[in-house]
Amino acid sequence: MFETAAVALLVTLALALARAALGPTVFDRVQAANTVGTVAMLLLAVIGFLGGRPEFLDLAIVYGFLNVVGTIAVLKFFRYGSLGEPGEEERG
Amino acid sequence: MSMALDILSWICLVSGGAFCIIGGFGLIRMPDFYTRVHAASVTETLGAGLVLLGLMFQAGVTLVCAKLIVIGILILFMSPTATHALTHAALERGLRPVLADGGGVPSKR
Repeated sequence: MFETAAVALLVTLALALARAALGPTVFDRVQAANTVGTVAMLLLAVIGFLGGRPEFLDLAIVYGFLNVVGTIAVLKFFRYGSLGEPGEEERG
Repeated sequence: MSMALDILSWICLVSGGAFCIIGGFGLIRMPDFYTRVHAASVTETLGAGLVLLGLMFQAGVTLVCAKLIVIGILILFMSPTATHALTHAALERGLRPVLADGGGVPSKR
């Protein structure tokens, strides 16, 4: 049964990658990357059960945190044009 | 008892995988960015929740189950936050949604 879920998650991963490659705006690509991150977390959890090694769940947790930090950093860059340099406050 | 748990876990895993694929197809098929965000949320809520629930039925009440709950809470809190920030950034950048009465940018098709 884990194989079915893993294959379904891989298909979702392929569709999200296709959207990341096609996406007309940059926000489509960021959203696709976000989906890829979520699906990769689930895939790591399922693979841990598939191989009988639940230690993979720790990797999934770490991957989730990294994914969130990466998404927020990219969005901050697109909203403000920089990631916060010295002297940023004076510009208002 | 174990058989019932296996069947329940099987149902949750398969329907969770199906919802993930539905979200992926929505990500490809939807006409503009804001509707694609809606399609992606199907993968992130129902798909992720059902897959994790199916794995929890397999794990039983152990540390593994606690880790699965942590992953579920992480997804449920972080992905709406990221999606909100993303949509807000898109709106601030002037990306207009496609409207039914012809407002906004015309669709690709």
